[in-house]
Amino acid sequence: MNGLRKYISFFRIRFYAGLQYRAAALAGVATQFAWGLLTLLLFLTFYEGNPDAFPMEMQETAAYIWLRQSFFALFNLYAFDSTIFEAITSGGVAYELTRPMDLYSMWFTKNAALRVSRTMLRFWPILVLAVLIPAPYGMMLPASLAALVGFVVSLLLGVSVACAFLMIIYDITFYTMQPQGVRLIFVSATELLCGDLIPLPFFPSWLARPLSLTPFAAMSNVPYRVYSGNIAGAELWQSIGLQVFWLLVLVALGRCLMNRALARVAVQGG
Amino acid sequence: MKLYLKYVAMHLRSQMQYKTSFFLTVAGQFISSFSALLGVYFLMDRFHQAGGFSYSEVLLCLAVILMAFSLAECFVRGFDAFSAIIANGEFDRIMVRPRNEILQVLGARIEFSRMGRLLQALCVFAYAVPRSGISWNAARACLLPLMVVAGAFVFAGLFIIYAALCFFTTEGLEFINIFTDGGREFCTYPLSIYGERILKFFTCIVPLALVQYYPLLYLTGRSENWQHALAPAAACLFLPLSLLLWRVGLRHYKSTGS
Repeated sequence: MNGLRKYISFFRIRFYAGLQYRAAALAGVATQFAWGLLTLLLFLTFYEGNPDAFPMEMQETAAYIWLRQSFFALFNLYAFDSTIFEAITSGGVAYELTRPMDLYSMWFTKNAALRVSRTMLRFWPILVLAVLIPAPYGMMLPASLAALVGFVVSLLLGVSVACAFLMIIYDITFYTMQPQGVRLIFVSATELLCGDLIPLPFFPSWLARPLSLTPFAAMSNVPYRVYSGNIAGAELWQSIGLQVFWLLVLVALGRCLMNRALARVAVQGG
Repeated sequence: MKLYLKYVAMHLRSQMQYKTSFFLTVAGQFISSFSALLGVYFLMDRFHQAGGFSYSEVLLCLAVILMAFSLAECFVRGFDAFSAIIANGEFDRIMVRPRNEILQVLGARIEFSRMGRLLQALCVFAYAVPRSGISWNAARACLLPLMVVAGAFVFAGLFIIYAALCFFTTEGLEFINIFTDGGREFCTYPLSIYGERILKFFTCIVPLALVQYYPLLYLTGRSENWQHALAPAAACLFLPLSLLLWRVGLRHYKSTGS
């Protein structure tokens, strides 16, 4: 139990740091809301133009878009913890290694905490607004109690998968020492594949089906669709199972890469 | 002008010191706008039309906006870092130098890696123009570059407004992103598809519709109205107006004292 407490306090430090920027959060909420509204209008135009080709219910799509806007900070792939990159490139990682803590768990916790705290300030104003505006623009309530529970569970799993995925990018920085380029390539490809730009059901089916088995689909895609009942029943269990599977695989891979990098770590300068 | 070219040469040399990083970032920029392009492709492939506009017309619209945005970004993104320049007192030093302030702010940051997006815009242009199904004549051929230039003017104006607002708030305002990055994202499609009110907003307040929707009507032969063809010229007025705001802000400037 004592071991876990260290990570909990790390989580709390980062959590409170993230809560400091309230004005930024307000501006963020306004931006996310306007962005969501425009996206919704775009999909509505497509829906009205050709309802038969629409792969989800309009209501489900609206829920997907509003959830994406609300929990943007949770899954925002562009938000890295810059202190970690600094630690790697400046050699500060040497200090981190002297702490009596496991480096992987520590960094994983830092990342998760920053995301959760940023989201805490931002998600509810957007959700409340989205529920209040009328259909077809507004957001539905959860499809059922089971959908709500499934949503919460898969949301937590999804964030963990996203953090484990990002840890691999940090690990790669040990080898390249220049984070920008690699990061941008990784992140922009991932942004498309995990359904951040357009929901996965809107992909052509030859691509959507294999993609649904990958770790990309195990991030935000599952919770956003579980909420509206777009994923339910047996498919729900399968999706959550895949999330657990990818979480284990990515954490194992991230740890392995980190251990190998640390074995040959060369601290630059004094 | 000579000074600006000197800044350009300086930044080019400094960024060429890290060649791998530079080319990786260019590649990253390229992939990033490529995935946006794929998103559009998937949607258009499924629905065939967006509010009455065909895939090739949307592609042309996308090329114009992407090109305009990346041009503006290449040269004017220096204003993006402006909140930092104000916060750390760097702007005081700029003010005491006997040179134009705008030029110095611009010179503070020129990112050549943004060329990735420009390169992409050129590719999309090369693909979209022959397939657009537009029957070209002299007027229409002149209109296309005008749209790009006017679009770059509007985006440049937005970057300047962002910086000018920093005079009042010290901190950068994230909200302007909805017009800069958001503008690039949403103006992929002719703005009419978002409905009457949004179109009005983007006509009268942030004149992005003037560089894509109205001239596009003229290009595709939906309209013969010469006013639609001249809309981009009117959009260019956005830049002097934003410079005016910059002047007002400059007079209001109080140092942060750091």
